[in-house]
Amino acid sequence: MASSALTKPQMSGLLARCLRFHIAGAFLVSLGVAALYKFAVAEPRKKAYADFYRKYDSVKDFEEMRKAGIFQSAK
Amino acid sequence: MLSRAAWSVVLRRGGLGTRGKHSLEDSGKTWTRKMPPYTNYHAQRSYPMPDEPFCTELNAEQRALKEKEKGSWTQLSHAEKVALYRLQFHETFAEMNRRSNEWKTVMGCVFFFFGFTGLLIWWQRVYMFPEKPITLTDEWRAKQLQRILDMKANPVQGLASRWDYEKKQWKK
Repeated sequence: MASSALTKPQMSGLLARCLRFHIAGAFLVSLGVAALYKFAVAEPRKKAYADFYRKYDSVKDFEEMRKAGIFQSAK
Repeated sequence: MLSRAAWSVVLRRGGLGTRGKHSLEDSGKTWTRKMPPYTNYHAQRSYPMPDEPFCTELNAEQRALKEKEKGSWTQLSHAEKVALYRLQFHETFAEMNRRSNEWKTVMGCVFFFFGFTGLLIWWQRVYMFPEKPITLTDEWRAKQLQRILDMKANPVQGLASRWDYEKKQWKK
């Protein structure tokens, strides 16, 4: 049962290494997710609202709704 | 979890028929040992140092080895060290942490019962369910959708933004 000499495993600093890995990873992942959300969801939504209200005529909209018959106080 | 460890030991020892004497392959010796539910030896990856050693009933040779262990450990041969380890512990960490195919059985049973439940609910739908309420019939839902579109709900990015009001159809 003679075994060849194994390399000595890492004996200290295991928690520190684990923490460094995970803290750095947590930073990167959270910043990445925030950036992705901003540029994939938030900015398009702001643009969509700006475009919608640039040419919005609220009176015309109201008249269309009134003709469709949804109001009780303005027939 | 403890009974699962015991059950896997029982299965690997060939079932409940072998009681009493067991033999360890590499030492070639036999000793009497209590079966798993009756020992106090429970080791898991999260609890690696159990209170009792694995073999509590030792024959003369093992008792002599335990006496030798009380002296200097440099005088123990490699085989003796392995024998002492095997007296103290049932399995090495590598053996204890080996993976198994249990997940296939578990997933198979889970899917089987999903299917069985689906069949039960199908039968119930055919023979037991009452009529739909009026608000869930197709005519009512069509009128409800038309009313929502007339009110222009969510006209920027939502439902009414997908409806073409000139052509009176969904936008392509």
